[in-house]
Amino acid sequence: MPGGKVLSWLRTRFMPHIWCSGCGHGIVMHALLRALIGLNKDKTRTVLASGIGCSSRLAGYVNACTLHTTHGRSLAFATGVKLHKPELTVIDIMGDGDCSAIGGNHFIHACRRNIDITAIVMNNNIYGMTGGQSSPTTPVGAWATTTPYGAVDQPFDLCKLAEGAGASYVARTTIANPRQVETFIMNGIQKKGFAVIEVVTHCHTQYGRKNDRRLPFDNYNCFKEASVPLTKARDMPPEELEGKLVCGEFVNKEVLEYTEQYDKVIEKAQAALKE
Amino acid sequence: MADGEIQNTAFWQGNTALAHGALAAGCNFFGGYPITPSTEIAETMAEELPKTGGKFIQMEDEIAGLACVLGASIAGAKALTATSGPGFSLKQENLGFAYLAEIPAVVVDVMRGGPSTGLPTRAAQQDIMQARWGTHGDYAPICYAPSSVQECYDLAIKAFNMAERFRQPVLIMSDEIVGHMREKITKTEPDKLKLIERVRPTCEPEEFTPYEADPMTSVPPMASFGDGYLWHVTGLMTNDWGFPTGNPPEVEKKILRIINKVTRARNDIVEYEAEHMDGAGIVVVSYGSVARSALRAVRDARKKGIPVGHFRPITIWPFPDAELVKMSLGVKTILVPELNCGQISLEVERAIRGRSEVRGLSLVNGKLFKPSDILKVIEEVA
Ligand SMILES: Cc1ncc(C[n+]2csc(CCOP(=O)(O)OP(=O)(O)O)c2C)c(N)n1
Ligand code: SF4
Repeated sequence: MPGGKVLSWLRTRFMPHIWCSGCGHGIVMHALLRALIGLNKDKTRTVLASGIGCSSRLAGYVNACTLHTTHGRSLAFATGVKLHKPELTVIDIMGDGDCSAIGGNHFIHACRRNIDITAIVMNNNIYGMTGGQSSPTTPVGAWATTTPYGAVDQPFDLCKLAEGAGASYVARTTIANPRQVETFIMNGIQKKGFAVIEVVTHCHTQYGRKNDRRLPFDNYNCFKEASVPLTKARDMPPEELEGKLVCGEFVNKEVLEYTEQYDKVIEKAQAALKE
Repeated sequence: MADGEIQNTAFWQGNTALAHGALAAGCNFFGGYPITPSTEIAETMAEELPKTGGKFIQMEDEIAGLACVLGASIAGAKALTATSGPGFSLKQENLGFAYLAEIPAVVVDVMRGGPSTGLPTRAAQQDIMQARWGTHGDYAPICYAPSSVQECYDLAIKAFNMAERFRQPVLIMSDEIVGHMREKITKTEPDKLKLIERVRPTCEPEEFTPYEADPMTSVPPMASFGDGYLWHVTGLMTNDWGFPTGNPPEVEKKILRIINKVTRARNDIVEYEAEHMDGAGIVVVSYGSVARSALRAVRDARKKGIPVGHFRPITIWPFPDAELVKMSLGVKTILVPELNCGQISLEVERAIRGRSEVRGLSLVNGKLFKPSDILKVIEEVA
């Protein structure tokens, strides 16, 4: 049971939550709340947007300004919030399907614009909420209700996607390392620009059941074994990295931030008026 | 002529006038995606908004255009998006979100011919039923159809007022002809503007129940993100404090409330214009650009001694049905010329219930009716 400060950030009135017991999503929520507390964030100035999916239900459980939108569209809503009130801290919670299937277009454009939003992608390699259909991150050969003969399409590497699209901070970790989840979220929030934190998590109910990871603990162990720190991965040959989860901060660079750029547009437009 | 008069007039396109009307109403956010024949609205906002400290953003598609507009509105902005048929189809998803979550915004569709990419540069009125039923579920749209450049300006102001008052999206269904034609208009002087702002909560933040409606209006006060209130916005059905619910009495209460808040105020919303109705045995019902041709035809027919009147719905939704019925008692024939295959003519039939003969006139070749086309039919039925 979380302690006092974390508890004050929870809407216990909205509980019990809808998550299956043992779902990895709760670990991400706890880490996010620790990060917000660690950064001394004010609830009334913290916005949590999310899309649709088990992961996206997170927003409703947090006692802040929360915005549970339509499937895949949360980043576009969050962009409106942030552009209108840049002084707010805006965090966006998505599932892998929400972010990279139906929301893929909004995701790459939020990266490209480099707007100061922290996106947390809870990647469980499956559509949990709708009962275990394959997602754009389901590995080739994995079983899902819509891949009864094994998945054949190539999955996305979400971090490479975010990096290629221009995000200024990109990191990956897993729920087997909750401290690192917290640290990366903190770093992402502090970054002036678009930050993406992919948290590999599990859906033992849907994905695990079909892919030999029935218990929450099976998944936890699997992530622990597969995780390789980025510093070590850099010296490893590609064959050895097959099936591994490379964890670390892939991108942390300075890029002009969108709302600050727009402020310059306002300055220019108003200067022209005075002339 | 006094200087003030010159300053307060402009010779504008309908689209430009609509954008300036929005600015006069206090619009401070635009999000959208370019599409003919609506693009001038976005272009005008891109130029004008930063001068006032407002924000313009070109999004990756029309879905995102409305999504960011709703996000901005939740943070307190008065926000606008504008599009045409293909984009209006994409906006349906988030329009539904805005009806259910009760987020004010103004959405413009400058109609062109469809379905699909259709006729990008020609006028049509084929989206008028999409404005009524386009997104899934039950809701009560408020929708205006301007038929002049002046009305593009005036209705933009009114649409913002209604969006704020009823806490929901308000639609302006313009069309290619109204959007692109140029006319002289008079701007409203800032001190003469009557602006309505959303009702904000006055209670302590801890006592805020986000969807508890004022019993007099059925509209709940709306907080903005960042102004001290903590609340949850969702497209799920919720109870009064924003908690997702499947409990039948709570579900019914919510869905009926978002409809009743509009229907109970129907008489404040509905607008129409009736001309030459005295002694009319024939009534022409038309809206948008078509009303311009129709009114001319009616005047020409009157000159020829034919007793014909003209009824123009300014709000398409709610439809001025009771008003039309009252004014056309004893009328033999109602003609409904439209740039579609008979959408509002169905609505007129519904209202008239066989009391008069209702005859639709359809034109779907991308052209506008000539007054003589309509006059010919008036003469036929006279
Ligand atoms: C437009 C639309 N299409 C489909 C759905 C159905 N749907 C709900 S959640 C979901 C997938 C969620 O998967 P993911 O984002 O990976 O989150 P998870 O549930 O696994 O946490 C889908 C397809 C929907 N709500 N809206
Ligand atoms: S279905 Fe899967 S993702 Fe959803 S709550 Fe259960 S374990 Fe978690």
